[in-house]
Amino acid sequence: MARKISYQQAINEALAQEMRRDQSVFIIGQDVSGGTGSPGEQDAWGGVLGVTKGLYPEFPERVLDAPLSEVGYVGMAVGAATRGMRPVCELMFVDFIGCCLDQLLNQAAKFRYMFGGKTTTPLVIRAMYGAGLRAAAQHSQMLTSMWTHIPGLKVVCPATPYDAKGMLIQAIRDNDPVIFLEHKMLYSLQGEVPEELYTVPFGEANFVREGRDVTLVTYGRMVHIALEAAANLARQDIDCEVLDLRTTSPLDEDSILESVEKTGRLVVIDESNPRCSIATDISALVAQRAFAALRAPIEMVTAPHTPVPFSDALEDLYIPDAAKIEAAVLKIADKRNAA
Amino acid sequence: MSTHLSTDQLLHAYTVMRTIRDFEERLHVEFATGEIPGFVHLYAGQEASAAGVMAHLNDDDCIASNHRGHGHCIAKGVDVFGMMAEIYGKKTGVCGGKGGSMHIADQEKGMLGANGIVGAGAPLAAGAALASKLKGSQGVAVAFFGDGGSNEGAVFEAMNLASIMKLPCLFVAENNGYAEATGSGWSVACKDIAERAVGFGMPGVIVDGNDFFAVHAALGVAVERARRGEGPTLVEVKLSRFYGHFEGDAQTYRGPDEVKNLRETQDCLALFRQRCQAEGWLDAAQFERIDGEVAQLIEDAVRLAKSDPKPQAADLLSDVYVAYR
Repeated sequence: MARKISYQQAINEALAQEMRRDQSVFIIGQDVSGGTGSPGEQDAWGGVLGVTKGLYPEFPERVLDAPLSEVGYVGMAVGAATRGMRPVCELMFVDFIGCCLDQLLNQAAKFRYMFGGKTTTPLVIRAMYGAGLRAAAQHSQMLTSMWTHIPGLKVVCPATPYDAKGMLIQAIRDNDPVIFLEHKMLYSLQGEVPEELYTVPFGEANFVREGRDVTLVTYGRMVHIALEAAANLARQDIDCEVLDLRTTSPLDEDSILESVEKTGRLVVIDESNPRCSIATDISALVAQRAFAALRAPIEMVTAPHTPVPFSDALEDLYIPDAAKIEAAVLKIADKRNAA
Repeated sequence: MSTHLSTDQLLHAYTVMRTIRDFEERLHVEFATGEIPGFVHLYAGQEASAAGVMAHLNDDDCIASNHRGHGHCIAKGVDVFGMMAEIYGKKTGVCGGKGGSMHIADQEKGMLGANGIVGAGAPLAAGAALASKLKGSQGVAVAFFGDGGSNEGAVFEAMNLASIMKLPCLFVAENNGYAEATGSGWSVACKDIAERAVGFGMPGVIVDGNDFFAVHAALGVAVERARRGEGPTLVEVKLSRFYGHFEGDAQTYRGPDEVKNLRETQDCLALFRQRCQAEGWLDAAQFERIDGEVAQLIEDAVRLAKSDPKPQAADLLSDVYVAYR
């Protein structure tokens, strides 16, 4: 039995092990150490939620606090990546991309293509995403669909500590720019994580629950909510298959289609807003490529088309929960039973 | 009067400036025929800046350029044939025809890229400087931007970061007086862009961009300072462009006879030649030889660019990623 550590510890371990292995890996971001230029301790924070704590003492030259200057330090990470380094740049909350989108949208994502395949930008952007911390509209967004839309970027959303470590190592070793998204509600999640270095490849969805009746496709924190719904539905003799996409770019289209071909029913669960989302994208994919296999309409369970609210009474309504997923499944499963 | 520049260095500087001038003058003519796709921003008139800065750099040093990047590319050593083919959208271009005028890059030459986003190159240059520092190399990086770019937050943030991290980075503000059609006397709140250096804790220098020797001297000091690990310098190069923001710009925002007068009295190539001949550093025959060689080079580059093949359909989908499954 492998040891259990948290999602947050898994990320920290991946960073430490990769920095030991490869001198070109460095970390830059606001308060990734914490305390630079302040009278007290260095490494006072180790990231705003402590994810990078302890790395500065081991790698003082390569754990770089940046001032509040997202265009500047994200752009520096992009520039350094083109010159032989492997930066892991922490944006803190993914919402802050509003300050510095150009450096990823128009710079990092485009270099390979517009420079004729002659520039390599092995960059990792780490950022926290997702609702649930009562952090309100500017610290809780998903934005996965926005990232996924941009050719040239890879988008990674690990759901477990095992994937968090293996996919971060893959992201660091990957030669393309990777947006590595960490759901803040998963940081304390415990799971089995090997002590050694390993990678989890991109574009390979994980069948986290096998089932024959309905396919639930999701990613990130919603994997756990979908599993909870699937367990409840199993008691009603509805057997759900749960597919964790792991990465939304590249997208494992084959696994989605394979599962829907088997079950004939699809519920896509996406914590992000519904318009032009991962949910609509996967619905379109299945409607185009597996229409004949569908025995019921596709259902989507998403956040509403609103910003993330602050009050717990509202935020709990905003975030898709097991009850909503179960209702969606029962809606289409009923149709099957009626037929 | 003497110069510390060798004859070879002087000849090289003139060759660079003449190549840029002829490249741009020819593009001005060719663009009007409609054969060149998209739009181009010409560097003619500003040659002494690119040549004066790049005289201090080698292939390990990086530059980040802007939309008006042809001069920076040529001075940094990017292949003129590949550049011309790129501007014509040909497969033989330095970017395989997928970048065009505003995205010419050559990492092997330390050319991080021209850039279609004003000011965006400054953080990239600072990042290249950070890479040099982390690797313990002697490389420096130069961010080129204009008076328009000097107002971008990306430039401010890059200057602050480069200064607090003592990065081997230089910020070269080429102030040609116009951001598109907007005058820098209005758009820049302080009298000189160089004054902004104070706010970022670095030296700020103003230099006459029509005078190659002035640019060369100022950058010599700034580059050496950066190589010694003493941090960045902001150099404001005051110069003029001979053409519009882009080709096709009627330039009705400029004064009557402004460009005519500039060409007659502030042409950096003419001033360079006059100085070199008056001082006895170079003679007319040396200039005429270079003029002839460059004229042939540009002629050949245009001829080949016109006849070179365009990219194929398969090129549409290639090189989005290094690897994507």
